[in-house]
Amino acid sequence: MKNPSVDTHLLPADSGTIGTEPLLAVDNLHVEFSTRQGVARAVNGVSYALNAGETLAVLGESGSGKSVTAQAIMGILDMPPARIPKGEIRFRGTDLLQLSEAQRSQIRGQQIAMIFQDALSALNPVFTVGWQIAEMFRVHKGMSKKAAYAKAVELMDRVRIPAAKQRVNDYPHQFSGGMRQRIMIAMSIALDPEVLIADEPTTALDVTVQAQIMELLAELQRESNMGLILITHDLGVVADVADKIAVMYGGRIVENAPVHDIYSNAAHPYTKGLLESIPRVDMKGQELYAIKGLPPNLLDMPTGCAFHPRCPFRQDNCVTDVPALHEISGTRSSACHYWREVLDGTAG
Amino acid sequence: MGRYVVRRLLQAIPVLLGTTFLIFTLVYWLPGDPIQALAGDRAVDPVFRATMREMFHLDEPLVVQYGYYIQGILTGDFGTTFRGLPVSTIFEGKFQITLNLAMTALVIEAIVGIGLGLIAALRRGKAADTAILAFTLLLVSIPTLVSGFVLQLVLGLQLKTSTGIDFFPVAGTSEGWRSYLLPGIVLAGTSIAYLTRLTRTSLMETLRADYVRTAVAKGMPRRRVLGRHALRNSLIPLVTYLGADLGTLMSGAVITETIFNLNGIGRQLVDSVYLSENSVVVGIVTVLVLIFIAANLIVDLLYAVLDPRIRYE
Repeated sequence: MKNPSVDTHLLPADSGTIGTEPLLAVDNLHVEFSTRQGVARAVNGVSYALNAGETLAVLGESGSGKSVTAQAIMGILDMPPARIPKGEIRFRGTDLLQLSEAQRSQIRGQQIAMIFQDALSALNPVFTVGWQIAEMFRVHKGMSKKAAYAKAVELMDRVRIPAAKQRVNDYPHQFSGGMRQRIMIAMSIALDPEVLIADEPTTALDVTVQAQIMELLAELQRESNMGLILITHDLGVVADVADKIAVMYGGRIVENAPVHDIYSNAAHPYTKGLLESIPRVDMKGQELYAIKGLPPNLLDMPTGCAFHPRCPFRQDNCVTDVPALHEISGTRSSACHYWREVLDGTAG
Repeated sequence: MGRYVVRRLLQAIPVLLGTTFLIFTLVYWLPGDPIQALAGDRAVDPVFRATMREMFHLDEPLVVQYGYYIQGILTGDFGTTFRGLPVSTIFEGKFQITLNLAMTALVIEAIVGIGLGLIAALRRGKAADTAILAFTLLLVSIPTLVSGFVLQLVLGLQLKTSTGIDFFPVAGTSEGWRSYLLPGIVLAGTSIAYLTRLTRTSLMETLRADYVRTAVAKGMPRRRVLGRHALRNSLIPLVTYLGADLGTLMSGAVITETIFNLNGIGRQLVDSVYLSENSVVVGIVTVLVLIFIAANLIVDLLYAVLDPRIRYE
């Protein structure tokens, strides 16, 4: 379902890829925020690619730039204070950053959609959930109120909200957390987007509900062959659904890998730290591992490798030289001077 | 909902009793003899004085006097002035004039205040925002006494003599709704400033809300994001302010009514205090309290309309 008002020459009607061009490609993206204290460099040259039907998990702690990158893709950063001094975000080969605001709002919600962390605050409290879902059809497709509401009920059924027909006129606060996130999902997939960005979609939910939501997302993705970007700091969530993982630290990608490789053997000390800080039953009673130190201050980034003040394997050149993203194999890369040693377990 | 309204109305009874008793006591303690006030500088005939004191229960204790007053109110009788006029006759038409004035001011306040506030919020930090904030500062700094006469002179008289446009009557109520325009603007002045700033803050806060970001992410046009998603949420504090302000405008109209020669309740209140016409003073305050209570009830009911999370059982 392409919107006719988007210039078709900008968006070649190709499925999935154009030659070798992925569905969505972020290329050397930089985002900075002007603050009273100075310029905060939130994203410093991030690149990643997503193909149709693929799930990319972007992993990292708060302030790593994972959400900012996603918001830059959506075009929902407040500019100013945000600024994108460098980089490209190509969707089907077209750099979104070159489009006008009007062109971008045609892509937002229709071709690239987003789910937010806390559905209670992300849904408007004063409108019914039906109204908020139906709005997608009414504004973007010009449907009548009645037809749009029928579509809303259909979508609520699809995300398995019980008694959708009776609940379409309820308000967000009348639903449970899990149900609210389902409504958020229904709204985001309303117009069959090609890319869905889920920004910590399960963080605000309890564990059993988390699993259901992830299952639902995975199922919807299979049905429609969407590209899914899953932003999270929860390694447990990632393992089941992701195809590949990009680990972010200090506004950079520090490791790229297919999901199974990373779990069996990390190629960056930060990833290793993350994996070791997952609580394990066989380690019961022992102190839980935690990465020492604090996340970097975006206003005053460490020299060299941003992770060096916290890195257990730090060498002298880590303090001075910014590591490049070394290619390990066709699908793996690591931004560590000593990735070989980290992989072998001989580092430090 | 119905039960809630009934409960609120019942709660109004102690409020009404408390306020009337308070004002009754204050008036009772006012210096001066109301009977003497009738005669001005001349001596009062002792027989007349005794008859009057008897008739108006002036020799009874405060509580008994108050009891007589409430008894009258309950039967719809606001009492009689010392000059023998029923208080309700004095009220005739005057509440209407003050209410017209206050409503005119409220409409002007709502349109100008919310309008300027929206512009300021959307142009945050830009020249328009700074200009509007400076303007609100100017508004609160000018006393009604000054703005009233200046507007009367400039819009009422000079505009007429220089361009022939005779749109703003400067006194009285002979020109229908237009008579209330100038006094309405003057009366609304300070409130406009507060409402502008409140609107600005409220909208700026709403614009930062997650659901506004969601609306943008849904690809909604900017006009819809602002007009539908943000505005309704930011209206809630504004309704509170406007509701409470109706009472303030009604009781604060004294100077404006004097400048524009409007025969409203504000002027009557001041005159009655000077003449020690206790029954009129207490009567006016009672009605004002009633209007206050009604305005607050309407505000509370409007909440439920604006915000579905608020429900009254």
